[in-house]
Amino acid sequence: MTEQREREFAAILKSASAGRRNFLRLGAAGTGALLLPATAARAADKLVSKARIVIAGAGAAGLAAASRLAEQLDGASITLVDGRKEHFYQPGYTLIGAGLKPASYVVSTTAEYVPKGVDWIEERVAEFDPEGNKVVTESGKAIPYDFLLVATGLKLDYAAIPGMEVGEIGKNGLGSVYHSAAAAEATWRSMSDFADKGGIGLFLRPGTEMKCAGAPLKYTFITDDYLRRRGNRGKAELVYNANNKVLFSVPIVSEKVRMLFDDRKVKVNYERILESIDLGKRIAVFKSPIGPVEHPYDFINVIPPMRAPDAVRNSPLPWQEGGWAKDGWIEVDKHSLRHKRFDNVFAVGDVAGVPKGKTAASVKWQVPVAVDHLLARIAGKESTSAYNGYTSCPLITRLGQAMLVEFDYKDNLVPSFPGIIAPLEELWITWVMKTMALKPTYLSMLRGRA
Amino acid sequence: MKEFDPLIFLVVFQEMLGPLLWLLILLAVGGTLAFLRLLIKEKGIVARRLVRAELAGLGGGVLALILMAKVSSSGFTDAGGPADWFLIALVFGMGLIGSAIVVYSFLGWRTPVKR
Ligand SMILES: Cc1cc2nc3c(=O)[nH]c(=O)nc-3n(C[C@H](O)[C@H](O)[C@H](O)COP(=O)(O)OP(=O)(O)OC[C@H]3O[C@@H](n4cnc5c(N)ncnc54)[C@H](O)[C@@H]3O)c2cc1C
Repeated sequence: MTEQREREFAAILKSASAGRRNFLRLGAAGTGALLLPATAARAADKLVSKARIVIAGAGAAGLAAASRLAEQLDGASITLVDGRKEHFYQPGYTLIGAGLKPASYVVSTTAEYVPKGVDWIEERVAEFDPEGNKVVTESGKAIPYDFLLVATGLKLDYAAIPGMEVGEIGKNGLGSVYHSAAAAEATWRSMSDFADKGGIGLFLRPGTEMKCAGAPLKYTFITDDYLRRRGNRGKAELVYNANNKVLFSVPIVSEKVRMLFDDRKVKVNYERILESIDLGKRIAVFKSPIGPVEHPYDFINVIPPMRAPDAVRNSPLPWQEGGWAKDGWIEVDKHSLRHKRFDNVFAVGDVAGVPKGKTAASVKWQVPVAVDHLLARIAGKESTSAYNGYTSCPLITRLGQAMLVEFDYKDNLVPSFPGIIAPLEELWITWVMKTMALKPTYLSMLRGRA
Repeated sequence: MKEFDPLIFLVVFQEMLGPLLWLLILLAVGGTLAFLRLLIKEKGIVARRLVRAELAGLGGGVLALILMAKVSSSGFTDAGGPADWFLIALVFGMGLIGSAIVVYSFLGWRTPVKR
């Protein structure tokens, strides 16, 4: 920050001091205030500030953060920057791919969640300039900020797989649930066709970090169940290709999945990463310790490598060394989500370079922490709230049943309903949660109410 | 989820059902009030009507389960553990008690018995 900006900043803080007492109350009252509509949040409890806050990305994390900030700040300028008009409830993609929901189930608009008092610039960020405290949009507009929250999600890097063409999803046995709602629907058609005929079904996960690491497993289980229901399981061979030596990063979950795959006769290859694909011949080539391995298929669910969006990757924000530098994940402290080098920058959601996370459920726990730290800074305090790595995944193991897998940075299981919903048990109640309660919970999160 | 807040349930149900939530709550509260007033007015339970209401309640319980199965794209045959049986019992029970009370009050207020 320049000296002049620092002085302005001091003035902002001064004007905020009136709100300081209230700031402390906010945390305690926060939960009780949940039921009040955002507009009813008592003006007196708001933190008065003229801070300029820019939120890059209006997906799950960006919208949730905007809602919380708008509710707790008075006088601040909050700007969302994202060119996307539609909003996608991505956890629903799996249900579309399973033939249980139409593509429309996950589509809504960004506009309906942009809170009152928050500006939305309908453009993508082209350049992040944390040294100059500004972002530049695609049309060249510079937006200066006092605080930046990066919530751009991640980029599905289909281009990194030679031979892959997203336009072919749904044809010739090619599926990819991740790509979009429409692709998830097209994948369902391919998979259903496969479940009618049998053959070789290939499943995999990328060698990079990924969002919802349970999703590739879920789709394997769902395909297995459809084959059984249609009496064709005997005609099919299902092969799951793990990128490393485990099936899931949390050891106890990995073991459980190994047992379930064993039970369902799903063959597992370890240390196989999709390298290229021949869509016409239906052959996938995997990188492995013994060199490239060719694998023919009748159905494949391609899940591409995932990296930070280019604008982030090409900025000073990512980790400079270590495993996360290459793919551009943002260098934040894993407990506060504050940038390690630019202390007025935070990253939340998929783009954050933290060990776990990358689910909507993690967003739910990350956003309040980052927001708390940001508000504390405005109020001239230090926040003690910390994100513990909470990540959750209702791991569907057959149609009608799922396991509620919840864990933290330490690979501990952290069940929400201990004694009622056992974490590694295949239950209907967990399936009911996934199909009925998750979307409403997610939407409440966008509105800052859950 | 750490710091789990029961109030979130209400928020989630509101998002899930929209205005229907308030209608259901209204029906539940209204039905209960009508039932209580009927009890006071008639100074007790009318056994014959109760039996009929309970029969209707059985239907209500089954209906609640069918509805649940439809909305969740699954069935109670998918039950895999105690929590599932608990949920099934809960849904059935709520359907049963809810509809029994509503039917009892409805019958009672439509054709009051003279003592
Ligand atoms: C198939 C699938 C299944 C999943 N299942 C689950 C599940 O069961 N449970 C669960 O909790 N989570 C699940 N998830 C993960 C969950 O959807 C994501 O973790 C969550 O959406 C992350 O939120 P986010 O805000 O970081 O990213 P997103 O919601 O993806 O939003 C990112 C936003 O940033 C915008 N953006 C990108 N680049 C720029 C730029 N340069 N400038 C401005 N804006 C930009 C995008 O347009 C987008 O609007 C699943 C995801 C998928 C794909």
